[in-house]
Amino acid sequence: MGNNLVMYEEELQQINRICDTLHKEANAKAVLVIDKNGQAIAQGGEVEHLDVTSLSSLTAGNVAATGGIAQLLSEKEFAGQFHEGERTNVHLSIVAQRLILVVLFDERSSLGLVRLRVRKAALELTATIDQLVKKSESSAQPSVFAEITDADIDNLFND
Amino acid sequence: MSFINYSSREINCKIVYYGPGLCGKTTNLQYIYNKTNPEAKGKMISLATETERTLFFDFLPLSLGEIRGFRTRFHLYTVPGQVFYDASRKLILKGVDGVVFCGDSQIERMEANIESLDNLRTNLAEQGYDLDKLPYVVQYNKRDLPNAAPMAELEETLNPTKVPQFEAVATKGNGVFDTLKAVAKLVLTELRKGS
Ligand SMILES: Nc1nc2c(ncn2[C@@H]2O[C@H](COP(=O)(O)OP(=O)(O)O)[C@@H](O)[C@H]2O)c(=O)[nH]1
Ligand SMILES: [Mg+2]
Repeated sequence: MGNNLVMYEEELQQINRICDTLHKEANAKAVLVIDKNGQAIAQGGEVEHLDVTSLSSLTAGNVAATGGIAQLLSEKEFAGQFHEGERTNVHLSIVAQRLILVVLFDERSSLGLVRLRVRKAALELTATIDQLVKKSESSAQPSVFAEITDADIDNLFND
Repeated sequence: MSFINYSSREINCKIVYYGPGLCGKTTNLQYIYNKTNPEAKGKMISLATETERTLFFDFLPLSLGEIRGFRTRFHLYTVPGQVFYDASRKLILKGVDGVVFCGDSQIERMEANIESLDNLRTNLAEQGYDLDKLPYVVQYNKRDLPNAAPMAELEETLNPTKVPQFEAVATKGNGVFDTLKAVAKLVLTELRKGS
């Protein structure tokens, strides 16, 4: 997917829907979709009390570190990870090579159910990302950025 | 690898502060954090050892305001400087949009600066980046110390390609925002080119 990840309305809505469905079907507390570089992309469920930005950066760091371990062991990247907490468990999986799908769940659900539902959601997410890649390759970048002037950039810093 | 979200109208970019151990990378981020309005920043995260040396990274999300209706967000990261944390440094460079090389002005740290800069080039190349093609600025920190090397010598050794450079005293904040603004500006300019 080119240099930059570009997200459009249609695909973001699809991803949000996938998050909502996964949240419900897995009886999860919350679902997050994160770019591997640590940017939050979409969420579903009870996220009001979560620091999504910090969670995204740390999760990406975690996945990157685990990927580094896999490399040292000549393993393929670990497809999934599970962290067990006292009240909240975390399931992480890598989707379409560049997204991280995070499911937070408690005793209302189980690892088995989460795994099952994640598998389906991952397929749907992959399809959406493929569509996104095609779109950003076919359509020339909208011109908003080409029109940015030095003054626009300078204005950002006038405080 | 910036992330442009047309749906929420956001531009997200990643800036990495690189440099030898104890040159003042974490101090840069702390100063930025302390001087930024609460609504423009997220939590600063430091993954550090008990002795406060950076273990994996520091992370500071910043929102710089809007440009053509797009909210610009910068994620600032520092790397751990110690030689043995090389694997971690490589990971943090993934997806980088702009680099600040933070040099330690102290003459005794010249070797460490050179080594870190070489290491930056090598690690970027491993990820398929070329430092000469990335938005990149140099900061000479600790200008307040009596054993600081002359600027001319630092420039000659650490900035052969003559990218924008800034003198700094990160503990006092001198040069900290100038450095950040310069690299952010280069990142946005790169975006305009549509790379
Ligand atoms: N004198 C002086 N000390 C500094 C300056 N910047 C940072 N320091 C100190 O250098 C030490 C290491 O700084 P730190 O930010 O942790 O370095 P890092 O390893 O690059 O993250 C700390 O004790 C800082 O207070 C500076 O501009 N002048
Ligand atoms: Mg540090």
